[in-house]
Amino acid sequence: MNASADPAYDTHATADTGHPIRLRVFRCRAGDRSGHFDEFRIEVAPDTTVLDALVAIRTRLDPTLVLRHSCFHASCGTCGMRVNDREVMACVTKVLELGTPTVKVEPIANQALLGDLATDMVDFYARFNAIGRSLMRESEWLPDASRPAGVESYNRFESCIECGLCLSACPVVASDPRYLGPAALAAAERAIDEPRGLDPGAVLALIDDPQGAWRCHAAFECSEACPSAVDPAGAIMALRRRAASGRLRSLLGGRHA
Amino acid sequence: MSEQSVVKRGTEGASPRRRGIAGWGDPRGRRLGGWAFILNRLTGLGVLAYLFLHLIVLSLLARGPSAWDGFVSIAASPLFLCFDVVLIFGLLFHGLNGIRVTLVGFGLVVDRQRAMFVALMIIGAIALVVAAIHIFTVG
Repeated sequence: MNASADPAYDTHATADTGHPIRLRVFRCRAGDRSGHFDEFRIEVAPDTTVLDALVAIRTRLDPTLVLRHSCFHASCGTCGMRVNDREVMACVTKVLELGTPTVKVEPIANQALLGDLATDMVDFYARFNAIGRSLMRESEWLPDASRPAGVESYNRFESCIECGLCLSACPVVASDPRYLGPAALAAAERAIDEPRGLDPGAVLALIDDPQGAWRCHAAFECSEACPSAVDPAGAIMALRRRAASGRLRSLLGGRHA
Repeated sequence: MSEQSVVKRGTEGASPRRRGIAGWGDPRGRRLGGWAFILNRLTGLGVLAYLFLHLIVLSLLARGPSAWDGFVSIAASPLFLCFDVVLIFGLLFHGLNGIRVTLVGFGLVVDRQRAMFVALMIIGAIALVVAAIHIFTVG
């Protein structure tokens, strides 16, 4: 049977037995403007994740399925997807725990699509460039290294795995590509908190802009979607407080921080 | 061939997958804050529409007592009173959620924004019930 001609199969995609599930997987090739869904029937075990199921589909049923993944433990940030309309990491989302007989799988929204479930992250990474700060993850710290006083409060942004789920969930990014977006704004808050050689005033000036922190409409979907508890929405509101305080001080004749 | 060139070839004609304005009103998969975002826009548009409707209705006064009395008789109908309740819902939701958005927007009580939203909505629900009873029982 030609896999690309008839994507619905009765073949068991996994070696596990017991729980039949339908996966409606978004498919899109270059030149296909709207895309479509292919449906696969597979059986899954209680521990089968969405990524496990997709890899099984690609391995056994349809080798043309395009998806991106690496670590399988929500550390690399590459398998972010929309599953049943919510942004999740496919590698730690168990199929049966979703509680639906049919599971809809789509690529993250608001990013250019490379194909099927893989998006082009160039735009996402470019948003960080404006901040001018490299990222450092908590996992990259030496556990025995001494930390500066108060550094524990800084570790949330370092937890960012650059998955893009926050941009996908944000309703403002959906309609305004000029908006800097939650991930980059969270990075800006970290840069101001701990400049490490950067000019915090320049970063604050960058985000104190209609397309910066003030573009957020407080839906908090970014923080809900974030798999690493970075809390971008909280960072955006902290930036606003800084910006508003600076403007108030400036208005009263003080120095704009 | 470098990996970058392959990426570029793949992006040709690819769907942008940007949800656009439709993403504002799509409630699928949204949480509490997302629903608040959607309702805030809907009630904002509704209240704006009411403003213009209100001005049109007031313009009836310029047409004399008979035109105004005709409108008042319509305004007293149960269906119209239901619209009044919907209007008050819109005003309450938009105003109370606006308090949350304003406070949170200045970095205040961000950690408690969800609880604040629930508390404000409870206050709004009580006020809406009181207003609805008043609308249907008084006058």
